[in-house]
This record gives sequence, structure tokens and C-alpha cells, in this order.
Amino acid sequence: MAENLRVNPIQCTGHGVCAELLPELVTLDEWGYPIIDPRPVPPALDRDARRAVAACPTLALRLLRSEQPARSG
Amino acid sequence: MSTAVNESAPGGAARHHAGLPRLLPAAPEDLHAHLARYGPTPYQRRPGVLIAAVETAGLTGRGGAAFPVYRKLDVVARAGLRQGRKVVVANGAESEPASRKDEMLLRLAPNLVLDGLQLAAEAVGATEAHLYLHYAPGPQILRALAERASRGLDRLGVTVTQAPPRFLAGQETAVVNRLGGGPALPTFQPPRVTERGLGGAPTLVQNVETLAHLALIARYGPRWFRAVGTGDEPGSMLTTIYRPDTKAHIREAAIGTPLSALLGAIDGASDGGVQAWLVGGYHGTWLPVPDAAGVTLDNASLARFGAAAGAGVLAALPSDRCGLTETARVTGYLAAESAGQCGPCLNGLPRIAAALAELAGFKGPGHRRRTVADLERWSGLVEGRGACHHPDGTVRFVRSALTTFAPEIARHARGQCSATERRPYLPLPDGLPAREEDWT
Repeated sequence: MAENLRVNPIQCTGHGVCAELLPELVTLDEWGYPIIDPRPVPPALDRDARRAVAACPTLALRLLRSEQPARSG
Repeated sequence: MSTAVNESAPGGAARHHAGLPRLLPAAPEDLHAHLARYGPTPYQRRPGVLIAAVETAGLTGRGGAAFPVYRKLDVVARAGLRQGRKVVVANGAESEPASRKDEMLLRLAPNLVLDGLQLAAEAVGATEAHLYLHYAPGPQILRALAERASRGLDRLGVTVTQAPPRFLAGQETAVVNRLGGGPALPTFQPPRVTERGLGGAPTLVQNVETLAHLALIARYGPRWFRAVGTGDEPGSMLTTIYRPDTKAHIREAAIGTPLSALLGAIDGASDGGVQAWLVGGYHGTWLPVPDAAGVTLDNASLARFGAAAGAGVLAALPSDRCGLTETARVTGYLAAESAGQCGPCLNGLPRIAAALAELAGFKGPGHRRRTVADLERWSGLVEGRGACHHPDGTVRFVRSALTTFAPEIARHARGQCSATERRPYLPLPDGLPAREEDWT
């Protein structure tokens, strides 16, 4: 089952840990908030994606099954 | 009861003709007048019956998003436990400061809205009904609630809750938060409120006008409903219209009506000429005229200009005003109305508003190019990155202004402004910018 990374923008306070652990899928905007690649997480990055989710200090990052249309953000 | 309507013979059996207006009587109707016109609330005996009729009718939400009503009804009808708590909310928050149609509807036809609330509750098997308003309920609403209660007409009691006068207070998740005793702030979805809303119960939030249409569909059926409007977007909608020569004017219009019929001739001598139309309110879109002169009030036609009807706010900007100044003023308001919960919105909207204010002032041409580039970049950065659609709507409004008023932006860079009338045109709430504690 493909999964997408999604950030809860209310919980996110812009620590930027996700962009450090998963630069392939997460970049930071000019204010330090993550811009997430909207495409499904490729299998090769699955492990890193899970690490980034686990490491988020505010638990704002999640992996959701791809049935929800992904939004960047 | 029969739902057949004799459309050829007004009066008598045909209490309600297919034409317009459908929703707005000429004067407020109390319960007696309402019953004389429509008869009792047409309960359907079992949950779910009305959902099929609403699907065939093609009713969409009239609060702005135009989401198919039957789909929300269906999700809530199926959600949760058979005997569990379920909630329906009539949303009359109308937090868009330029929109006045819900207030008018609740004043003139409160019983139609309350019929719709009870019928929606029956359709989804709700155990609880709410009316959510951004002002203290007026005498017509209070009277309607009291008269219905004293005659035992309603199956569910209705709890009235007052929302703070904030732009986002009518947003579905904010409504649920406020009803739960919290601030009227949006939350992140999923879960959708239709699945887990008030106190975790499946919750149906529908705009009050949507419920009034639903109450008529329950009486007269889908065919009657589709007698006006377009094939894809049936029915009518309430609009709030601003024209140079008038104050806010509420009008029920068939979907698909030419905008020129609602907003007046674009070069009418009576109003001194119009340079642009604003469609869909402050999350809406500026359309240049005469380019857009042939557009009609339906989302298929409006989409060709990147616009949508929204909650029906339509404004004609007179030729003697500055569209850039108007946009900067409204964007300043929208930035102040950000809930401040999401980083991109919190950071981006004030910058966008400040840049527009700068353009509306008088700066040199080099500076202008950089400011416009900043605006375009920030617009891209905030879009799609909020828990609610506030950044998206604000950016739609701003981008359409950058296109529609490009000549005016160039004029300002040369130190000129085409306006001869500097009084504000688009309405904004009075008073100081709202504060953080004003969300309850």
C-alpha cells in the first residue's frame, strides 16, 4: 500500500528535523516550514520516512495511505 | 403527501411556483404564514429517504464550497453507531463580511431553515440539532423557535450558539470546535467532522440556505428544484450584490444567470461605469470587464476565468475607484483574520498584505518589479499549506488582482492613481483588527 507523507500544519512549529532526515522528500520554505513532496513515498525511502515521522518533535508528520489525495505542505 | 405541483396555475393548489424567488418572501413570515404557504414539515418517515431526492435534485452547499449535499448526508447517515449520538448544525455564521444573504434569509424565512434542519436531522438519524449564528439571534428567529416549540412541531430541540465575528468562524471544523465550548478555530482534517465531529460524534454542518433549499426539495421534489438553474448546477442561489449606485442588495438568482443581469450594464451611464467584477467574495476572484462580460453565475462558466460563485458575493467596482487599493485593504483584513495556527499562513499572509500596501502606495518601478515577484513567490508558498482554505482563498483573490489591476499597478509605480473617489468601497467590519482572544 503506497503511503504519502503529510504534515499537520497546526502542530508543525518548523523544527526542520524532517528536512534533515529526509531531504529527498522534504525541503524548508523561507520561514523554516516543511514543503513535502506530494507523491507517494518510494519504497527505497520508506525507512527514512518512518524515521522522520518518529523524530518530529511535535508529532506533526504522518504517513497516510495514498487514498487521500496528497497535498503539498 | 403529494409532491406534485401544478405549475400552470399559481395560487390554490400550486402554493409554490417553480420560478423565483423561492426562498425569500417579501416580508418576514411567522409560523402561521409559513404553515399557510407550505404546510407542515414534510417528514419522510424513515432516515435516508430524502438523501436520494437531494441527490437527484443536485443540490450543492450554498455556504461557498458547492459540495454535493447528498454526499455529506450519506456519510453522516452511515457513520457511527445506530443508536449513538449524531449532530446536525445549521450554519448561519456567514463570516464573510460582504455577505448578508443568510442573515436576510433567517429574518424573512426562519421557519424554512428550521424545517430544513429537522429534515436533515431525520435523513441522517441525528439526535441533536444546532443553529450557529455570528450575532445574537434576532426576533424573527427567536419567535420561530418559540412558536415551533410551543406547538411541538420539531422532533429535536434546537440549541442556538453565537459565533465570534471572525472570518474563519464559519469554517466547518471551527463550528464544531465552538459548539464544543472551544474557540472557533479550524482544525486539521482528517478526520472529517462528518465522521468525527462534535464530541467525536458524526456531525453534519450545512449552511442555512442549503437547508432552506432542502426543505423545499422535500416538499416539491427534485424535478421542481431543477426547473431553474443549469443541468449541471441546478436550482437558485442567494446573492449579495454591490453596485456603484446601491447599497448591498440581496437577490435570489437562478444559477446560470448572466452576471451582467445582476451587476448591471458595465458602462451604464447611471452608475458612471464599472472596471471589474469581484465574484465569490474575499476568497473570490476579480474579473476584468468587459473581457468577462459574458460570464454567467455558474461554476462551469466562472471556472473559465478561474472563479467560483462561492457564497454569492458579487461586487461591481466603479471606474472611479482604485482596485489595487481596495485589494490591499481587504488583504490586510484577511491577513489579520488568519488564525495564526499554520506557519505558512502566519508568515505569508502579513507579508503579502504588506507588499500589496506597498504597491498601492507610490514606489519606483524597480521596487515594483521586486515586490510583484515577492507576491508571486509568497502566494505559491502559502497555497495548499494550511489546515483550512484561508491561505488558498486569499491567494486566489490576490493573484486575480495582480492580473486584473496590472495597468493600475504600473500607474502606481509612476506615482499615479486612477481613482477620483477614495472612500473605501468593499465593506469590512468596523473597529480595530481582531485580537487573539476574540475567537470565542
